[in-house]
Amino acid sequence: MSITIYVPCDSSAVSMGADRVASAITHEAAKRGISIELIRNGSRGMYWLEPLVEVATEKGRIAYGSVQAGDVPGLFDAGFTQGGTHALSLGLTEEIDYFKKQQRLTFARIGKTDPVSLTDYVNNEGYRGLKNALSMPQADIVKAVTDSGLRGRGGAAFPTGIKWNTVLNTPSAQKYIICNADEGDSGTFSDRMVMEGDPFVLIEGMTIAGVAVGATQGYIYLRIEYPHAFDILNTAIANAYQAGYLGDNIQGSGKTFHLEVRQGAGAYVCGEETSLMESLEGKRGLVRFKPPLPAIKGLFGQPTVVNNVISLASVPVILDKGGDYYRDFGMGRSRGTLPVQLAGNIKHPGLVELGFGLTLRELLYDFGGGSASGRPIRAVQVGGPLGAYMPESQFDTPLDYEAFAAIWAVLGHGGIVVFDDTVDMAEMARYSMEFCAIESCGKCTPCRIGSTRGYEVMDDIINGRDLDKNIPLLRDLCDTLLNGSLCALGGMTPYPVLSALNHFPEDFGINAKATAA
Amino acid sequence: MTESGTTHSTVQAITAALKDKPGALLPILHGIQNALGYIPAESIPDIATALHLSRAEVHGVISFYHYFRDTPPGKQTIHLCRAESCQAMGGKQLEDHVKIRLGIDFHQTTADGKFSLEPVYCLGNCACSPAMQIGKDIYGRVSADTFDSVINDMEESA
Repeated sequence: MSITIYVPCDSSAVSMGADRVASAITHEAAKRGISIELIRNGSRGMYWLEPLVEVATEKGRIAYGSVQAGDVPGLFDAGFTQGGTHALSLGLTEEIDYFKKQQRLTFARIGKTDPVSLTDYVNNEGYRGLKNALSMPQADIVKAVTDSGLRGRGGAAFPTGIKWNTVLNTPSAQKYIICNADEGDSGTFSDRMVMEGDPFVLIEGMTIAGVAVGATQGYIYLRIEYPHAFDILNTAIANAYQAGYLGDNIQGSGKTFHLEVRQGAGAYVCGEETSLMESLEGKRGLVRFKPPLPAIKGLFGQPTVVNNVISLASVPVILDKGGDYYRDFGMGRSRGTLPVQLAGNIKHPGLVELGFGLTLRELLYDFGGGSASGRPIRAVQVGGPLGAYMPESQFDTPLDYEAFAAIWAVLGHGGIVVFDDTVDMAEMARYSMEFCAIESCGKCTPCRIGSTRGYEVMDDIINGRDLDKNIPLLRDLCDTLLNGSLCALGGMTPYPVLSALNHFPEDFGINAKATAA
Repeated sequence: MTESGTTHSTVQAITAALKDKPGALLPILHGIQNALGYIPAESIPDIATALHLSRAEVHGVISFYHYFRDTPPGKQTIHLCRAESCQAMGGKQLEDHVKIRLGIDFHQTTADGKFSLEPVYCLGNCACSPAMQIGKDIYGRVSADTFDSVINDMEESA
């Protein structure tokens, strides 16, 4: 019997040498006359162990990591093709604590299957959601999504079902489904993992959305920084067309859904849905005024669903197992699971999918294992570059949209970037303003001018000039950005800036005790 | 054929193949940059004519997006991540090293034409920070030493 060995094709695994490991394994197996089947799977999301090599055995898949090309002959010597013990042995993959403790719904297949194999997908519960959807009235599909409590995982947390319902009830000859795959938020990579590790789940989710609202054309707007995802998505889409899961008569249902991947060109603001649509239309990515809502007048002026990758990739399991099943995970008004991404200065970075409700502290220490440097964790930024910096005193906040909002923080897309005590929070605040200036689309004045004034003021503060005047000026500027900007880029840049100032005033040259007194 | 003649025919072919797509401008610009490495100013009138746009509109789109460039890049373009996760893992120190090693700042090309350096705001490789991308290849947990060895290998094979 041939031996099956898995080496991830995930671009982070590749960045750590997975391609070299894969070719070393192929080479060594040939040299030793051992017949193997090498599968390039997605990543299990335990990135400190990448490249993570797995071997299929009777007991289950056994993991070795992190493996470098030079380790490969030794692994063969240790009989790893039969699950033999080696210094890099990690035991059964799914028994590794970090993985075992998770609740993987959206990420159920990622790391297990060959991403572009439709057979693998269908054999692992794939396309069961679409099958159900094709036999349901459109309003019932939308209702299932509404009942699941799914909220947009892109950041704004708007209920997905309500958005779909608006598009369903807006009559038009042409409607569109857009997947916002412009995952520009730093510290986030769950969209990338889905597109590289299980592209069919996104394709299925978009197809269900199309069937539900009566849209026949879908676009995946993918950021240019993800070239591997582009290739994998296109291969998967071609396979789906060939097997009749996309096209004019999906699985003989008479329903039509076409799908195309479009690449962005390095503009962060194009992750904002109206800017994204301008870009898809071939224009500068200038943010549009709302209303009209995209659900009523979106791409090319037609009713359009714009959802994030994780939102759409969560739809198949909802249609397969029911809205109730999904809703039973989570807490409060945050239902289902959130794929959290642990990044930055953390010992065990990676993807942790769990129902809402876990605290930051549990994530940072139980899963993350503390900082990578071994120094105390001083601050974490949650929710991308527009998310607030949170100090240790807030680490007991549960992951829940409302709990975060209550302390003027955002959960956003679930990215958590960890900093140890060497961080200079005034420098981070300056960076946030600089980032906003670089990425501003320029349409509204608070964002365009305010961000530039913002980093100029931060330069003065960092140099200790006129703090009595410049700190109030910074607050005033943030107030203008917060209340006067057209979209979240200008509107939320004050989150990292003011949270850094409020929680870490000493880095801004302010004596915390004197301020408090 | 002259160099500008080649450019002209490449632009014509790409534009003709893609101009009927809805929202064709970005796909066309990507096609041209993939083929030529940049979008030459002389290609703008051809694109504008094909899409019934003004030259100003086409120029406006090219200049809006950080990724599109109107000058030829070096043989290799290095995209170095400046975002928070990479900063938390020594990205700023790496950035300083890279600039000294190459002798250029962001948005510049080395005098020998081998390397261009561009900033990037997240490569989605935040679990393996600091990160950089050269061509399509992504590198994780990049130290000054690994950067030097990657660059040395490329210089030798150049």
